[in-house]
Amino acid sequence: MTTASVDGKRTGTNTGQGGRTVQDARSDRSRARRYRHAPPIIAAAGLLLLWHLIVVGFGVPSYIAPSPVQVIRVFVEQGEILWINFWPTLFEAVAGFVLGNSVAVVLAVWFVHNRFAERAFYPIAVFINTIPIIAIAPILVLILGNGFAPKIVIAALICFFPTLVNMVRGLKAVSPQMLELMRVLSASDREILWKIRLQSSLPFLFAALKIASTTCVIGAIVGEWIGSNYGLGSLIIEATYNFRAPLLYATVILGAGLAVAFFVTTTLVERRIVKWKPEAVF
Amino acid sequence: MTAAAAAAARAETAVAAAISVRELSVRFDADTGGITALERVGFEVPEGGFVTMLGPSGCGKSTLLRAIADLVPIGSGAIHVFGRTPEQARRARDFAFVFQDATLLPWRSAIDNVRLPLEVGQRSGAIELNAEPEALLALVGLEGRENALPHELSGGMRQRVSIARALVYRPRVLLMDEPFGALDEITRDKLNEELLRIWRETGTTIMFVTHSVPEAAFLGQKCLVLSAQPGRVREFVDIGFDEPRTLGMRDTLEFVEVTAYLRRLLEEPR
Repeated sequence: MTTASVDGKRTGTNTGQGGRTVQDARSDRSRARRYRHAPPIIAAAGLLLLWHLIVVGFGVPSYIAPSPVQVIRVFVEQGEILWINFWPTLFEAVAGFVLGNSVAVVLAVWFVHNRFAERAFYPIAVFINTIPIIAIAPILVLILGNGFAPKIVIAALICFFPTLVNMVRGLKAVSPQMLELMRVLSASDREILWKIRLQSSLPFLFAALKIASTTCVIGAIVGEWIGSNYGLGSLIIEATYNFRAPLLYATVILGAGLAVAFFVTTTLVERRIVKWKPEAVF
Repeated sequence: MTAAAAAAARAETAVAAAISVRELSVRFDADTGGITALERVGFEVPEGGFVTMLGPSGCGKSTLLRAIADLVPIGSGAIHVFGRTPEQARRARDFAFVFQDATLLPWRSAIDNVRLPLEVGQRSGAIELNAEPEALLALVGLEGRENALPHELSGGMRQRVSIARALVYRPRVLLMDEPFGALDEITRDKLNEELLRIWRETGTTIMFVTHSVPEAAFLGQKCLVLSAQPGRVREFVDIGFDEPRTLGMRDTLEFVEVTAYLRRLLEEPR
């Protein structure tokens, strides 16, 4: 009897304390969430400040290394020239991304269903991948001319290989037991492809797409270096030759921003599509 | 022999064998000498029967089950499922297979995993729907978890989903390859009881591979004991406990005698 009442009392006090503790913990957690981004922001701001102090303190001429303030001023005062050259690069990168990954996915499906095709063409794909992209670019410009085409193809080439390799692995990463189940159900190869293989390859595909989302921008910019008078790549070359260092820095930052935007978009799409746990096999 | 006994005997022979295996041999890597997995195995499972298969590891129990399911090619001899070859029976959807792992598609909810057999392999004709997938999930005790993804379910629940999936097209034979082998004992006991209930309610013929002696004795009307290397039939033991069997039965002397007998068969060299 006494024990019970003591217990009851203790439980009562506990709930009271528990309520307060839960609230405290919650506000602690929301505070932690609010300040989660603080360390990287403070670090970045500190580095910018350091950069500014070095450039100003040592009197570095702006055509060698501009201060952050000068770079920001370019975005405000010469925004138009940046944006005019931004859109072609965006277009080439997206088109190259779509083209390169589509071809890679289709080839991977073909390879998985045809061992002869895989044995014949996989080594060629590896060989093409070993040629530096910067060496292929002039060849493509000679063949495809000066327009969008060579840039798109370069961006596509740079996306192509990681996606091909990952997609072949992903399509093959179906457990033998799953294939036995499909055999017991007398499923056709086409049904196995649509119902099983493509779905189970998605985590592998998105791993490759995340790589491709940043490299396709590199491909487009490299393409623009060689014989082009528009795009972020050509702006980089032009700004370098004219010692317009602030413009050069601003262009580089814009290109990097574009790659980051692609990466974030790919990650968000993946989160929407792949909701299951790929690492576990059931 | 009285007339009644003769009639009973005639009725006995008239009952079609659900599974009949004759002089079956299976060899692996036949071209390189290889190993004999099964040698001259023969037995029959009557329609509506529940046969368990027991044997030391490597005796070819899984191979035998897979040969019946047309997953392993037959060396010599014959297998018939309701008079059909394994391939014909597979195309006619005469049997379903339950694996040791639930083998669910991780991106599909429980209910969509149960529906999978209705979506594929339709070339061989319309597939008879046994019961609504919802009703089947209720049958295996997963009411209310229809939309759960496999990673949100426990191992036992996933295996229940795979049993519901196997039943969705009304198979005449259920082939089960150590389906509860990876589960803890409490879950296994519960699923054993539920499997017996499902068997009684659906009248499906069941062939069940296990390496647990009590499980083999508890579930089976008959137990096929195999010996290893090469796999041969050691004895086809009649168990014949009274229906309905309950878990408590396992503590009776009668049950212990049966398991002791099965253990002796497994241990004694021939």
